[in-house]
Amino acid sequence: MAETRDNIRYLSSHEWARLEADGTVTVGISDHAQDALGDVVFVELPEVGRTVQAGEEVAVVESVKAASDIYAPVAGTILVCNDALDSAPETVNEAPFEGGWFFKLQPVDGNALNELLTPEDYRALCAADDH
Amino acid sequence: MPFIPHTALDEQEMLGAIGVPNIDALFDEIPENLRAASLTEVPAGISEMALQRLMDQRARIDEVDLSFLGAGAYEHHIPAAVWDLVGRGEFMTAYTPYQAEASQGTLQLIYEFQTMMTRLTAMDVANASVYDGATALAEAMLMAVRANKTNKSNRIVVAGNLNPNYHAVCQTIVKNQGLILDVLDYDPNTGCLLGSVEAALDDAAALVISYPNFFGGLDDVDYLTDQAASAGALVIGVVNPTALALIKPPGEWGARGADIAVGEGQPLGIPLASGGPYLGFMCCRQQFVRQMPGRIIGRTVDQTGQPGYTLTLQAREQHIRRGKATSNICTNQGLLVTAATIYMSLLGNEGLRQVALTAHSGMNALTELACQIDGVTARFSGPVFHERVLALPVDASLVVEKMAAHGVLPGLALGDWVTGMDHCLLVNVTETKTAADIDQFARLLAEMIEEVKATC
Amino acid sequence: MLIYEHSRPGRMARAQYVAAEGVSSELANDLGAHVRLSALGLPEVSELEVVRHYTNLSSKNFAIDKQFYPLGSCTMKYNPRGAHAVASIPGFLKRHPLAPLANSQGYLSCAYELQNYLKDVTGMQAVSLTPMAGAQGEFAGVAMIRAYHQKRGDNERVEILVPEAAHGTNPATAVMCGFVVREIPVTKEGDVDLEALKAAVGPRTAGLMMTNPSTCGVFERQVQEIAETVHEAGGLLYYDGANLNAILGKVRPGDMGFDVLHMNLHKTFATPHGGGGPGSGPVGVGARLAPFLPTPTVGRDEDGTYRWLDQNDIPDTIGRLSSFMGNAGILLRAYAYARLLGAEGMNRVGAYATLNANYLATSLEKAGYTLAYPGRRATHEFIVTLSSEAKHQQVTAMDFAKRLLDYGYHAPTTYFPLLVPECLLIEPTETESKAEIDGFVAAMTQIRQEAMTDPTLVTTAPHTLPVTRLDDVKAARDLDLAVKVNA
Repeated sequence: MAETRDNIRYLSSHEWARLEADGTVTVGISDHAQDALGDVVFVELPEVGRTVQAGEEVAVVESVKAASDIYAPVAGTILVCNDALDSAPETVNEAPFEGGWFFKLQPVDGNALNELLTPEDYRALCAADDH
Repeated sequence: MPFIPHTALDEQEMLGAIGVPNIDALFDEIPENLRAASLTEVPAGISEMALQRLMDQRARIDEVDLSFLGAGAYEHHIPAAVWDLVGRGEFMTAYTPYQAEASQGTLQLIYEFQTMMTRLTAMDVANASVYDGATALAEAMLMAVRANKTNKSNRIVVAGNLNPNYHAVCQTIVKNQGLILDVLDYDPNTGCLLGSVEAALDDAAALVISYPNFFGGLDDVDYLTDQAASAGALVIGVVNPTALALIKPPGEWGARGADIAVGEGQPLGIPLASGGPYLGFMCCRQQFVRQMPGRIIGRTVDQTGQPGYTLTLQAREQHIRRGKATSNICTNQGLLVTAATIYMSLLGNEGLRQVALTAHSGMNALTELACQIDGVTARFSGPVFHERVLALPVDASLVVEKMAAHGVLPGLALGDWVTGMDHCLLVNVTETKTAADIDQFARLLAEMIEEVKATC
Repeated sequence: MLIYEHSRPGRMARAQYVAAEGVSSELANDLGAHVRLSALGLPEVSELEVVRHYTNLSSKNFAIDKQFYPLGSCTMKYNPRGAHAVASIPGFLKRHPLAPLANSQGYLSCAYELQNYLKDVTGMQAVSLTPMAGAQGEFAGVAMIRAYHQKRGDNERVEILVPEAAHGTNPATAVMCGFVVREIPVTKEGDVDLEALKAAVGPRTAGLMMTNPSTCGVFERQVQEIAETVHEAGGLLYYDGANLNAILGKVRPGDMGFDVLHMNLHKTFATPHGGGGPGSGPVGVGARLAPFLPTPTVGRDEDGTYRWLDQNDIPDTIGRLSSFMGNAGILLRAYAYARLLGAEGMNRVGAYATLNANYLATSLEKAGYTLAYPGRRATHEFIVTLSSEAKHQQVTAMDFAKRLLDYGYHAPTTYFPLLVPECLLIEPTETESKAEIDGFVAAMTQIRQEAMTDPTLVTTAPHTLPVTRLDDVKAARDLDLAVKVNA
């Protein structure tokens, strides 16, 4: 059973979003997602400073068998990207919730995260998926 | 029946195993009204012997003694070993190397091809080829629009002296994705691009430079590349692989080199064969490798640590990414890549250099002789590589017709290709032309020009 | 070893040097600053080293000439040597694409006749031989659909419908032509969901791309209703010719209601696959799309002279697709194939391809394999699903494929179509004998046994090839795409 974390929100497309103490939002993909993808070989990250809408394609995560789009969970501006993934893409598989983060953004409205899936909703979604 | 091995007994046993009385029963899911009537246009089958005779006859009809036609497809000597090896069933009837363990021959060969193309063009990476030079250029344009993060534009500036057929193909392929092709004029005296281009490049995704250009001429690629870089446009070089043995490779243009290099690989051991199959090569800067369409072979290891070769970066391709793929391509010109790789291995550095130098000096020698004819001049000034436009005192297409009747194809009459060039002939000389051939060309040209004048 | 590892400075294949006494660099003085100063970087080897190296490389390949290739949708039939021989006649090889018409009648007569054969076989009105591969043929077809609607000022039609089981090139092509793709579900029996299709068509529908038999290996029984549905909504119907081998001589796409199609000559017309290409993808059209055909095509004047038809003859053409006129040498091979088979031979292709596929399907079922569509006739191909084996023995379709290589058979197509889990798409083609098919069944039977008694043998296969399974992840992470130049 894939791991889910309880202090964050999820998208049905398997991204997770964590509201930090400083009001920024960190984004990555879930354990379920990295498992489905297989070994990650490359992550294409957005440019710092780019403004994005909720649901907009902002990144691509590539494995040997798939290349999946990553969507912005909420509207905002890209602040910083995890450039370490360039030389160590496998971090996404090894630590999807910690070292495998993709980017941080400054949200237009921090409360928008409450619209996203709760850990329970997400677990239920994955359980249905696995059938 | 040709190639179907079934005996009556085989058929009987197979039908018995399936449990149907005859083959027709296997088509019982198909509505009766859709069943086809007999073919009316396809004649009865003939034996291989009869086919050989028929085709020998047809091939003979088209033979000529001597040809100076170029314009994108070039007559070079192909060493006997090339097609002897390429014709081996293990190369010719192999499938796409999706099962890598069963395809190490093809895969390693393509890796070697990729290597040779990066060396020849002085670029970082090469793919396993696409259909031909023109479609390689179209794909390069789409690639530049995707890859250019500085100028987010769908505008491509194209040199006006690019092969007109290449331009036409690009239009067909890119227009449905909203790309705009703006043409840069060339100098009517040199055939090369005019002065400053930086203004034209403002907010363009890329500049396309042809080197040599359609007229055989050589543009100032250093200057153009630097200008494009200042304007934030990527540089796409369209190059001839034989020429690269003699003139500057795209990776060395200007201060930072071209960004993408494409071209037609036919000169590398591939026969003229009425226009195809050929191969389009594509090379680029390392940072753009994930934007490059087509197949790419990578070196890796197997479970025992032994080196092996495999298709890689497939996640960008149509069979996985589908609607978001870099392109819809699922072919590389495998057989032709095999020929090109073996050709380049046989010729090596010195061999290819000799081909280029011989072609180059032959072209200069022919020009000198031809321009001794009254009324014949070089249309453009400046150096060329193995092709030149001669301006004749009469309509070039009439001269071509008359010379062809004597068994010599003197080149391409440009009247239908470039406005205002009815009197112009694009002549190509390769290493296959001896001094005697060039003499014959000049003599016949002089005679036929007189004949045309006499009839006017 | 790589050819570069054989390379030694100064080694050369002297017989290939075109200038016996050498060529002076001074001949390039007029090139001034254009001269290349850097090394070319090609390998320096002798002629024997080249011949030996590439001959040895070739022996590492599987090939139709060596073994059975039951690759679904690839139609790996015998590539007739006679076709290759006539396409390689020196007069054909030496002909320049831009030779004057007076020096082109031989080639043009073959191309013109081939156009006619392809029209006949597909039930279409006009054919263009220029697309250089199936994917380019698809591009031409979809671009023609777009041109047709645009010409009528019907600019709302921005959607192309594609069954969810379609080959990846279909949606990729639609996007390349500026369309938006909409997927239509496929039923459990393998047919396009007609109800879903009826709900999806409308004023935004430019067309539907599909193939018949479908990628599920079964005949689309409701194809006429599908055609009606799409046409009534004002859309056009595109036929992906990948599976034409199943119905060659039996059914014609034109009669099924298709407006445009592409053919894959490297499949149906037995031209060689060459390790990845070249292909050839001629397009055929009904009367509605004939004005938009890609140029050039071949025409014939009243006096019997052949000539090229270009945009002067076809003013609304979608344009050129290749520098010259398509993969001419491949077209000659296809022409030769058609002449060798004749009408009678063509009629038998679909029949025997279907016989072989049904026999193989029955045999595999008897050997314990699960057919994806057991209630349906196999066409020229069929699907086996290994989801049970994957669940109970933890042996996947990929493992079976790799183990087949040890038995000397090329694996079938795996994991396509995507909607059947752990699948093998199997197409024997008509040129395989009963004996060959029986041998394949025996191997499959044995592997199934191995999966139950000694699964590691299968999951770590292949064992007898030049390499074992390759590290794909490393290949994509540590990109090594060319030999690096020594510092």
